[in-house]
Amino acid sequence: MAAIGIPSCEHDIADAVADALRDRAKLSIAGGGSKAGIGRRVVARELPMTGLSGVIDYDPAELVLTVRPGTPLAELVSLLAAKSQFFAFDPFDHGPIFGLAAGSATIGGIVSAGVAGSGRISGGSARDHLLGFRAVSGRAEIFAAGGKVVKNVTGFDLSKLAAQSWGRLFALTELTLKVMPRPPEQVTLVLPGLTDADAVRAMSVAMGSQAEVAAAAHFPAAVRDSESATILRIHGFGPSVAARQRMLEELLAGFGRLWAARTDEACGMWESLATLAPLGAASPLWRISVRPRRAAEVAGDFSDRDSAWMFDWAGGLIWLATDADPQFVREAAARRGGHATLVRANDATGDVAPAFHPPAPGIAALEQRVRAAFDPSGVFQTGRF
Amino acid sequence: MSISMPPVDSSVIARRAAIVAALRGIVPGEGVIDGDDCLRPYESDGLTAYRQPPLAVVLPETTEQVAQVLAWCHRNKVKVVPRGAGTSLSGGALPLADAILLGMAKFNRILEIDYDDRLVVAQPGVTNLAVTRAVEGRGFYYAPDPSSQIACSIGGNVAENSGGVHCLKYGLTTNNVLGCELVTIEGEVLRLGGGQLEAAGMDLVGLVVGSEGLLGVVTEVTLRILPAPQTARAMLIGFADVEAAGQCVADVIAAGIIPAGMEMMDRPAIHAAEAFVGAGYPLDVEALLIVELDGTLAECDHLIGEVEVIALANGAAGVRISQNEQERIAFWAGRKAAFPAVGRLAPDYYCMDGTIPRKRLREVLERIGEYSNRFGLEVANVFHAGDGNLHPLILYDANRPGELDRAEEFGNAILRLCVEVGGVLTGEHGVGVEKRDLMPEMFTEIDLQQQQRVKCAFDPELLLNPGKVFPRLHRCAELGRMHVHGGAVPYPDLPRF
Repeated sequence: MAAIGIPSCEHDIADAVADALRDRAKLSIAGGGSKAGIGRRVVARELPMTGLSGVIDYDPAELVLTVRPGTPLAELVSLLAAKSQFFAFDPFDHGPIFGLAAGSATIGGIVSAGVAGSGRISGGSARDHLLGFRAVSGRAEIFAAGGKVVKNVTGFDLSKLAAQSWGRLFALTELTLKVMPRPPEQVTLVLPGLTDADAVRAMSVAMGSQAEVAAAAHFPAAVRDSESATILRIHGFGPSVAARQRMLEELLAGFGRLWAARTDEACGMWESLATLAPLGAASPLWRISVRPRRAAEVAGDFSDRDSAWMFDWAGGLIWLATDADPQFVREAAARRGGHATLVRANDATGDVAPAFHPPAPGIAALEQRVRAAFDPSGVFQTGRF
Repeated sequence: MSISMPPVDSSVIARRAAIVAALRGIVPGEGVIDGDDCLRPYESDGLTAYRQPPLAVVLPETTEQVAQVLAWCHRNKVKVVPRGAGTSLSGGALPLADAILLGMAKFNRILEIDYDDRLVVAQPGVTNLAVTRAVEGRGFYYAPDPSSQIACSIGGNVAENSGGVHCLKYGLTTNNVLGCELVTIEGEVLRLGGGQLEAAGMDLVGLVVGSEGLLGVVTEVTLRILPAPQTARAMLIGFADVEAAGQCVADVIAAGIIPAGMEMMDRPAIHAAEAFVGAGYPLDVEALLIVELDGTLAECDHLIGEVEVIALANGAAGVRISQNEQERIAFWAGRKAAFPAVGRLAPDYYCMDGTIPRKRLREVLERIGEYSNRFGLEVANVFHAGDGNLHPLILYDANRPGELDRAEEFGNAILRLCVEVGGVLTGEHGVGVEKRDLMPEMFTEIDLQQQQRVKCAFDPELLLNPGKVFPRLHRCAELGRMHVHGGAVPYPDLPRF
């Protein structure tokens, strides 16, 4: 269905929601479209957020950024970098996963989808950095929650619901995010040749050490041209990074020889955990969240199923490309206490499997009641998920 | 007592004996307390100006008992006030005459420690410090460290989203909780999140943390633990004026340094602390910063050098650097004893907890000084300077007629000021009853109704912890009414709650 004109302020959004309520239409909130490929294709009226763009306030000394949701992520990353700051949750653009050019992801979409990259294991997720927001509810009411300072416990923490809400609760119109100083130095250390199980053990040792590892990932040999690579990122001030590198070299000696990757090589590896290019574009792509100690076991279920995978978050996140039956994937995750999200479907899985892991009945009912608290008429419930 | 609580339902009071008998059927033996003398220890929490014995105290030992108690209360329309260790400074566990007090103290076991995945599963009655004690032998700790950590419980920390001096670097409770077991008012046991970093679906764990006992009762919590830093060192930095101290804080952060702790004390707080513990604080300064750096030895050495340069550039009157662990602890001793130290200056003190943008610090302290004159009450200020969380301590004497009221008016004026300059009513102590009636300073009626609708999604009969957080509790049916642009009510045939 055609777009309804480009709203440019929160009152326009409120009007659009009220119109949809009157017309009994469904609204699909649209940012830059980088994640449009996640979930079922739906017929709904599009509510474009790209007209709500730009920075409202950025105060580097207060570590706070207030921004409109349609602002491109790339623009904000540059803005922060100019002040030697960054989003510690390491957000990334999903476009390349779906064969799109990078650059379309917006901050509203990043937060709504709870996107966090490799740095999540040390820096937290979008949920940990959204301090407050303004939004339009499914009742067409403009409301605010949270605050604009880094420490606040006033009222319910609705920011946590906003992150990971996938546009199903309300339309965000303003976000206040915590930003952090960008570490001046960064080193990526590589341990070659480990099996999945040994890689998880090595990453656990590293994460449990005083070396303050910022990110830990593992590429099995199958997704590399050569042997497997387990990579650890440490960052901070120069003398500290050097000391922690030595610390890790000693600590992990039993796993093989640790070497520092060249900068371009390191960038390429971390970037590939966002583009997922090593997993190819042919098979459905899954994101499995599990306790790290179970990661190798989960992956083992797919070893004879023509599948490929990579571990991020020290094993806590498995990116899996497989043609296995969706039910098989979900059971493999659930048996180990985890859950699986279908990020990129294909024709076989597309309209059969929902994107999100089906919750337990009690949780599903509670989620439904919480959604109704914001959107009693279901104007944002498009059926995409 | 200037804050009114919900009207007492005399029919519930009249049923007291029957209610106690029914609850004894669920929690046998001494798990139900109803003798007037025995209820007295539970009549208040850390906000001692407010006191009210509960209808009865129930001390369950199992999740099953919690579920049965809540289900029974739900069926019989009896209100429930959950309580952890009772250290809340905002009255979050203040009882009601017509409500049972559900004490979680017997949930005091650590259920699992996983060093490989760096997590601890604890029952809610375990104290904050006990988590660190359980894992420190292997070099780990639990980062959030509210100053009451020796007594406060993990369940209470979850309810209040507690902070501490280290939360600028390591986050509040919410950033360190992976999952929980929640019992709803209907007695349903739900597992939210788990051992993995991310919960599936909606972030209900994040919603429950900081919900001040209004959404459900937590019976198990999964916490993230961290490797303890190799070392930590502290610096004491004095300044001749508050502005320079504030600028030093801003410059440290602008240099990309996030210290493990960065505390500020004003002159009255410095003098009170020094007189109390003799920490060696300088007495000729207007502001004192305690900056703690942690990490590897190399990191601490490097950053201490950087911070010293920044401090001197801002005209620091003196910089002392801890040379050993003993000295580091001594530097902190005064700050950690600031509350009792100030408590020696007057029979009573009232601890406030607003957050402000740091750049407004001087202006805020000046206006607090003006208020101090206006209300005729002394004040000392301690400040989590890194994250802008201000704790003015108002000195008063409750035995002097009208002084408590004046202290509360003074405190309210400070919190209004925090909101006026772009801050918030509470940084870490919670709203509770204390700041409940100030919520409209920060939120519109629509904002508050939206939060209440979330409450209704969990507890439609409003039985859990009534009288807290919300200045006016709307009936959920009333909130279900739609107000829609153009006057049209959509989907009139849909059921509402």
